[in-house]
Amino acid sequence: MDLQYIGLRRINGPLVFVENVKDIGFEEVVEIKLNNGDTRHGRVVEIQEELAAVLVFEGTQGLSLNNTTVKFLGHPMQIGLSEEVLGRMFNGLGKPIDGLGSIYVEKYLDINGLPLNPVSRKYPRNYISTGISSIDGLTTLIRGQKLPIFSGAGLPHNELAVQIVRQAQIAEFQGEKFGVVFAAMGVKNDVADYFKRSFEEAGVLEKVVMFLNLSNDPIIERLITPRAALTTAEYLAYVHDMHILVVLTDMTSYCEALREFSSSKGEIPGRKGFPGYLYSDLASLYERAGIVQNSNGSVTQIPILTMPNDDITHPIPDLTGYITEGQIVLSRDLHQKGVYPPIGVLPSLSRLMKDGIGEGYTRADHQDLMNQLYASYARVMDARSLASVIGEDELGPIDKKYIQFGNLFEKYYLSQSMTRSRTIIETLDLGWDLLSVLPKSELDRVNQELLDKYYDQDKASKDFSIDDRIQIIDIGKEANK
Amino acid sequence: MYKIYSINGPVIKIKGSTDFKIMEMVFVGTNKLMGEVISVSKDFTVIQVYESTTGLKPGEPVENSGEPISLSLGPGLIGNIFDGIQRPLTDIANASGNYISPGTTASPLDLEKEWEVRFTVEKGETLQPGDVFATINETDLVIHKLMAPYNLRGQVTEVKPNGKYRIKDIIISVKDDKGDVHKLDMVQKWPIKTPRPFIGRKPMSIPLISGQRVIDTLFPIAKGGTAAVPGGFGTGKTMMQHQFAKWCDADIIVYIGCGERGNEMTQTLEEFKELIDPKSNKPLIDRTILIANTSNMPVAAREASIYTGITLAEYYRDMGYHVAVMADSTSRWAEALREISGRLEEMPAEEGFPAYLPSRLSQFYERAGFVETLNHLEGSVSIIGAISPQGADFSEPVTQNTKRFVRCFWALDKELAYTRHYSAINWNQSYSEYINDLSKWYNKNVGVSFLHHRQLFIYLLSEENKLMEIVKLIGKDVLPDDQKLILEISRVIRVGYLQQNAFHKDDTYVPLNKQLKMMEIIMYLYRVSQEVIRQGKAFSLLLNTNLFEKVIKIKYDIPNDKLEMFDDYYKMIDDAMNKIL
Repeated sequence: MDLQYIGLRRINGPLVFVENVKDIGFEEVVEIKLNNGDTRHGRVVEIQEELAAVLVFEGTQGLSLNNTTVKFLGHPMQIGLSEEVLGRMFNGLGKPIDGLGSIYVEKYLDINGLPLNPVSRKYPRNYISTGISSIDGLTTLIRGQKLPIFSGAGLPHNELAVQIVRQAQIAEFQGEKFGVVFAAMGVKNDVADYFKRSFEEAGVLEKVVMFLNLSNDPIIERLITPRAALTTAEYLAYVHDMHILVVLTDMTSYCEALREFSSSKGEIPGRKGFPGYLYSDLASLYERAGIVQNSNGSVTQIPILTMPNDDITHPIPDLTGYITEGQIVLSRDLHQKGVYPPIGVLPSLSRLMKDGIGEGYTRADHQDLMNQLYASYARVMDARSLASVIGEDELGPIDKKYIQFGNLFEKYYLSQSMTRSRTIIETLDLGWDLLSVLPKSELDRVNQELLDKYYDQDKASKDFSIDDRIQIIDIGKEANK
Repeated sequence: MYKIYSINGPVIKIKGSTDFKIMEMVFVGTNKLMGEVISVSKDFTVIQVYESTTGLKPGEPVENSGEPISLSLGPGLIGNIFDGIQRPLTDIANASGNYISPGTTASPLDLEKEWEVRFTVEKGETLQPGDVFATINETDLVIHKLMAPYNLRGQVTEVKPNGKYRIKDIIISVKDDKGDVHKLDMVQKWPIKTPRPFIGRKPMSIPLISGQRVIDTLFPIAKGGTAAVPGGFGTGKTMMQHQFAKWCDADIIVYIGCGERGNEMTQTLEEFKELIDPKSNKPLIDRTILIANTSNMPVAAREASIYTGITLAEYYRDMGYHVAVMADSTSRWAEALREISGRLEEMPAEEGFPAYLPSRLSQFYERAGFVETLNHLEGSVSIIGAISPQGADFSEPVTQNTKRFVRCFWALDKELAYTRHYSAINWNQSYSEYINDLSKWYNKNVGVSFLHHRQLFIYLLSEENKLMEIVKLIGKDVLPDDQKLILEISRVIRVGYLQQNAFHKDDTYVPLNKQLKMMEIIMYLYRVSQEVIRQGKAFSLLLNTNLFEKVIKIKYDIPNDKLEMFDDYYKMIDDAMNKIL
């Protein structure tokens, strides 16, 4: 028999306290019935003998101390799954909202998941060709990786995410089972709509599972949304051997919901009011990317977060960067220059790329080429800051070369049309063509063998427009003097 | 029988006065989750639970064990991977699949495996605490020594013959002064939070050689020393810990992955099985113990993993080995302390960290040292702790407090990492206090000119640093030629010497004699170039010789075993200079 408890002892923000409870488990799910027939859901977040604190996902508005009946369901939060979830749309708690009725459930899974045994993981090595030069060439995405996009308000992170999904599925997953799990947390209605439309246009909508917690949806529901999404992703990847790309947006809203929850529980706040366990909590989400030993599927995560005030040292991007395997940082500078995608090369990084590129994966010269491009582009920054002090005309010939290299690099390598997909060979060759603008002696990260093979000034200039070519020759003459 | 009163994340409380002891191990709930008593008062006993508490109910039983959390020490540790509370992860994966569910248990050591035991004592001999009574070839690289417990002194009354035994077999009996007979097997228990005893500390005079030029040359660490590696994300902390674990000349490596990425632990595990130790030609895993408590595993076990690692290290130190502990990252441990402290509603100190953070850090780092063990051997534990400062800001509490207790500081620099200059150790911020203690060793074993050249390098790099201030304002071209030369030779030092490629077969590990030869040739080039400039020749003539580029590429072009090739470079420099003059 199910025990039901009538009435509450106290309501505090999203928390309600139920008295005289018996045999209640930590993190158990709760159903709350209101007098008017409404049903809400919650989770036990703290128990003290016979008093349970319950977090109500849909919010506590309209609840009073005596108009409710509380029922404890005896298990932690679960989500019912089967292959039918593909192509469907759910709310933040995993209830269908596309009007197509409920799904057939093959398996109920605990949304909190369990920590994956490191011994059971397979080290990710296969790179995903996204067709975007600055990602494929410089921060290669690997299957099973978690690579967040650090963005700011007004930057085209959504477009970039869509482009990655679209181009990756065409180039990479032909003939393999591919799927996308999309979790929206606190994003605006039209943004969610943009994703839906884009998936439709790309012809992948029947392979997408969408979880939507929009900005006007209950905030506390947001704590559940990514967990429901990741449980779905794990189920599809490890039970049905699919390659799943998970797009989580916006992690900043998630963290703010966590902060709200924490403060209503009366916890001691850490940095900027976020709870001390923000790191552990984020890790429990991000660490759910990977590949396991006895399955052919994979979970690759692309979380998107907007850095408050473009500050990369803010706790949210900071802690995220410590957990994820690299980051793609969007730069407002480049965006204002009209570069799309505006990927700020220097702070971006992919930790797993070193083992997923080179001979047998992309091409033997990839690692050295990448190092050289980074090093040279870093020199460009030095030259530019010098130019801003003494003026570009006063620069020495080598520094002028670097300025030119930087401009060409941004114009030809970083910039790319939203519909253009470059193969990895195109990307690598383009890199060499750009390096060929610089004198050979400046290239100290690559060995002679590679230089002999790929360094080719004549071939290089064919890539560039006439104006750029003339400029290259002019500055080249000056340098030779 | 005690009952759970309240549950809040990993912290549970028991009401009423009970007879739990502080730091006692307890089993919580019907699943028997492992926990530790962290505070006792008249009203409540507070327990932190090392596993996920989801589904735990008030009223479930709590059992006390009467003992502190202890490790099983014995043969079979090397080559294994454990979680923070010494559960063998491979066995757990075999038994219960890909996920670690709460309450899973497995014996840390293989109970069934038979080890070939060779006894070193005979019946009638006297055993002192710590004395070795038998040896076992644990792996191809490590001879495991079975030692008498620290509190046992007596006469051997019975010894089994040499042969194969399992770890729980009684193999020796010892009668103490009171006439009690102790029957010993191969396993010792040791509480993780208690340092293992030794006779005394010895001065640290031998460096821990890692084959990483910037460390061995500029900021060396001694065997038994402590070092901190702070750096923001993406600056290469983990990479550096890996390089150290692979190449440093310790006998045993204990690698603690504390609150870090799962994929990285998997990589370490896979890589160490394949990588071959250059000195012994055996897989590196044969001298390595891995402790993995990834960031999504329960937070309290993160705290335990640090102590588990250091206790295992001390155990092998007591056998007379040099052990190096890599802790990646100590910040996650500090955050675990903060999280638990917050749940206990303790008064926070700086940035929410508990006030006892510095004392915990010092207790940990003080367990390093070069010691004379109870059995009169020399052994050491060196600790290299990574720090992940929030926002890459070194003024935060964990970095600042750690700085007080370590003598090597390898500051990783974001700017260097952006240019893919690895190891991204910033030579202006980093330091090593061991250099004086080690100078004798360097003079004797590498050459008297080693430290001299080191000093010159440091001088040139600091000069470059000053000159760059000017260059940033007015550009390089207006500098006089001798200063341009300093910039150029510093570039050679930075790119050709300090920067090291972990993925290059020769450059990933560079022996000390090659390091010395590289320094010598760089300084030779500098002296000769100085002479050229003194004679009034233009700096551009020097640049056109391309000598600087060639010297930069020595790290790739001269293999570690063909050092005679350096002579060609000296000749090349001489020829080119003669041509100019």
